[in-house]
Amino acid sequence: MSAAPGALPAASAEHPAFGPALLPPDTPLATVRRLASRVVTLCWVELRKIRHDRTELYTRAIQPALWLLIYGEVFTRIHAIPTPGGIPYLAYLAPGILAQSALFIAIFYGIQIIWERDAGVLTKLMVTPTPRSALITGKAFAAGVRSVMQAAVVLILSAILGVSLTANPVKLLGAIVVVVLGSAFFSCLSMSIAGLALSRDRLMGIGQAITMPLFFSSSALYPEDIMPGWLQVISRCNPLSYEVDALRGLLIGTPAHLGLDFAVLIGATIAGVAASAALLPRLAR
Amino acid sequence: MTAPREPGAGIAVAPEQAISGDAVLCSGLVYRFGEHTAVDHVDLRISPGETFGLLGPNGAGKTTTIRMLVTLLRPMAGRISVLGLDTQTQPMRVRRVIGYVPQLLSADATLTGRENVELFARLFDVPRAGRRELVESALATMGLTEAAGRVVKTYSGGMVRRLELAQALVNSPRLLILDEPTVGLDPIARTDVWEHITRLRETAGMTVLMTTHYMDEADLYCDRVALMHGGSIRATGSPDELKAQLRAELGGDATLDDVFRYFTGGTLDDDTGKGGIRDVRRARRTARRLG
Repeated sequence: MSAAPGALPAASAEHPAFGPALLPPDTPLATVRRLASRVVTLCWVELRKIRHDRTELYTRAIQPALWLLIYGEVFTRIHAIPTPGGIPYLAYLAPGILAQSALFIAIFYGIQIIWERDAGVLTKLMVTPTPRSALITGKAFAAGVRSVMQAAVVLILSAILGVSLTANPVKLLGAIVVVVLGSAFFSCLSMSIAGLALSRDRLMGIGQAITMPLFFSSSALYPEDIMPGWLQVISRCNPLSYEVDALRGLLIGTPAHLGLDFAVLIGATIAGVAASAALLPRLAR
Repeated sequence: MTAPREPGAGIAVAPEQAISGDAVLCSGLVYRFGEHTAVDHVDLRISPGETFGLLGPNGAGKTTTIRMLVTLLRPMAGRISVLGLDTQTQPMRVRRVIGYVPQLLSADATLTGRENVELFARLFDVPRAGRRELVESALATMGLTEAAGRVVKTYSGGMVRRLELAQALVNSPRLLILDEPTVGLDPIARTDVWEHITRLRETAGMTVLMTTHYMDEADLYCDRVALMHGGSIRATGSPDELKAQLRAELGGDATLDDVFRYFTGGTLDDDTGKGGIRDVRRARRTARRLG
């Protein structure tokens, strides 16, 4: 049944079913192309998963709907929170809630990587020619894809509630990029915690513990200038504030520091990828 | 390694470079978990084309050895060469020429069978032209064409294993590494998985390295085996050679189980009380001995 030991096995090129194994070159260009290909692949997987099971998309729409419908409507009526240019509070709030729902998805994304570890899927992914950083970048952008789907739901909801949003396609595209970058960073934060906590339960606990502080210490609900001084300092260190600032500028047209926002989000994402890629081997051990 | 460059597509592994010499060569392999030495100076040599079995009870160090071979763990001492490629200096290249099926049944349950295979085709940079055909032929080889559109959640254990084999095939591996390929499967699924592995070997002629603690499977399907116990290899040879060595002492009907006990002084399930087929066989042998 077997070839005699020592004899050359039939080269796979001679086997009709499977193509020849290729070792691609290791040039910098090839490395960048491979990274892009991994990101596209893992985003494709995420889209397929969303397609197979859309329940999460709907159940996760409930919370932002409540924030906009109840909290948003009430606070619009009492005029308690000053808004730039006196825009309705609901319009001011909508980008904040959009960022929040993206945050909620991303901050628990590490659970998926722990689930994949427990199921043995992660091990197999790590034995493909995919560097750890490419794997993490791919996962981070996949979280971005999921968040964008969620953001679209919140955006439609806001439009129904009468928030006047931009119709400029460039600005909408910019908003998508901001949501992807923000989610990429927070999913990296989550995957880093996963690499430290190593268990689903602990990650759930830590995720629950940090989500609300991240949310309340950002400019998602109220402008920075009405915060107490100490909170302003924290808010300036919180990438969520920059995400919200950019989204408000792009979607509602409030004054924003887009250059700084993008710089912070890109920098945070790169740092996040580096940190979680360094911690990933702890999960595969 | 310096492979000739081809314009465009990439560098094809010249067969004489990738396959010359041994399929696997390990020397002085060591791995420790804290105080515990899981792999203790292991030397292994596997020839191209053979099916090699690494046998031993749970905790013998088989999986740790495999994890070093597939570049998941870095050996604390020693060297590994897979098809002439060093696992420590060229891990990405090693990953391109091996197919790996881990011990756990591990396909993504939320994707369909076809998507699971396509994912691996993409991760191994199979060009878009021809990817679809490759995925379909891998699924067909494993008899999964009909189930390919279903989510893996609905698969049986044997089907998941076959799907994993299909995933491991998309990069046309020269070396297929199977860690306990039939553990947890019922006897019919085990036979079925082995039939598929055998057919693969016959058509693709690849080298297979597998670990198992089912001695009957090793006896049937392996050209050569290494008996591993307590982190080190106690004996190596073909099942028949090993049994022949014992014939004098144990008589003509020595099984690989007996061989294992002779060389290691241990039994196959000395640290787990796992029941199943081995217990049945032992009971049957005991019954035979008692008359």
